[in-house]
Amino acid sequence: MNKSLISIQDFSKDEILHVLETAKEFERNRVQNILEGKVIACIFFEPSTRTRLSFETAVNRLGAKVIGFSDATNTSVSKGETLKDTIKMVSNYVDMIIMRHPLEGSSRYASEVSSVPVVNAGDGANQHPSQTLLDLYTIMQTQGRLDNLKINMVGDLKYGRTTHSLLQAMSHFSPEFVFTAPEELKMPVEYKDFLDRRGIRYAETTSLEEHLDDCDILYMTRVQQERFTDPMEYEKVKDVYRLKASMLDGVKRNMKILHPLPRVNEIDQDVDDTPYAYYFKQAENGLYVRMAIISCLLGYR
Amino acid sequence: MESINKELKVSALENGTVLDHIPAENVYKALDILGLKGICNQITIGINLHSKQYGKKGIIKIADRFFEDDELNKLALIAPQATVNIIRNFQVVEKKKLVLPHEISGIARCMNPKCITNHQPVRTKFTVMEENGEPVLLCHYCEKRSDIKSLF
Repeated sequence: MNKSLISIQDFSKDEILHVLETAKEFERNRVQNILEGKVIACIFFEPSTRTRLSFETAVNRLGAKVIGFSDATNTSVSKGETLKDTIKMVSNYVDMIIMRHPLEGSSRYASEVSSVPVVNAGDGANQHPSQTLLDLYTIMQTQGRLDNLKINMVGDLKYGRTTHSLLQAMSHFSPEFVFTAPEELKMPVEYKDFLDRRGIRYAETTSLEEHLDDCDILYMTRVQQERFTDPMEYEKVKDVYRLKASMLDGVKRNMKILHPLPRVNEIDQDVDDTPYAYYFKQAENGLYVRMAIISCLLGYR
Repeated sequence: MESINKELKVSALENGTVLDHIPAENVYKALDILGLKGICNQITIGINLHSKQYGKKGIIKIADRFFEDDELNKLALIAPQATVNIIRNFQVVEKKKLVLPHEISGIARCMNPKCITNHQPVRTKFTVMEENGEPVLLCHYCEKRSDIKSLF
């Protein structure tokens, strides 16, 4: 599997399952020096804590070394260097490039000019496939399976790339969806068309309470201020949903709450202590899944 | 000077290509898409010609120039009903219909302002899909859709 990971749709169902199986192995044993002697570039043109730190930890735990930057202001990019030139240069130094960039499609382009595999760690509002794989891993871990689950996505379904990619990835596993969003942030029609073409059922609601009790996974998302061009639009919807422990009395026993983090107000702190909260474990899983992605793409698993 | 026949409003071509039934408003776009601006061949352009089928149409005649099918098919994006006549020695030797291409490269801009192709010197590339009879372009880079009307 020596290739890049740019969009979750680049991976077949079998490749997805292979990465998830590999991640299981890394969760059992997180210190494996299988990439000793390799150098991997983590180049982040846009701020990130979780994603960057978990990727860098994954590289270190695999025994490889990390180079890179977490802010493009101190690099040649600020002198006007094109992305092409940066990638051409970096790809001559390293064995793999992990990159985040604010422009959409930047990772795909980088993978076309790079001589080594590129992992997309987020390209604007477009794709963030390692997040999707860790979401799948977490869903499988909590439910014991991926097939025939009912997933309730809540929050910003218009701009939220995690929900779009998760929807595409889950479509391999005959799911049923609920989309809980305010009118302004509804799931875009192209994703609903995608589900229609595959015969996958979904319901839409504006009420958080409506489908709390009949879903297996409650996938909460933050309304991301940075995706809005109009501040008024953001103010209207920023606190639209707030999940509290008291709302969880009637939920299914196996139900788990996921959130790509960071959260703001959409999940109350008192939910953290319920047996349904799983978002911190989900973030931890990011490490194992990223170890799996790196070693699979480099052909070591 | 050639005498002008009442039916034939545009002078005949000895050798070359005639693109007929182009929507009148898209004639300039057609010149763009085929890269005809600035070439040395003799080109005759007709706009708002009467058409029994479409009301008003446009026509482009290019002397001594023949196109590959791939080149011509790009025209299907803006002129799906266009017909292509290949002229040799004043005779129509071949008529072609256009087929929507599966992929186009370098001829349209992505509508997404945050797409890499709008910020860096990247050649655009789209997968062409058809929805409700209208062509829709899916950006190879940002994966967003662009609708055809706002592209050129």
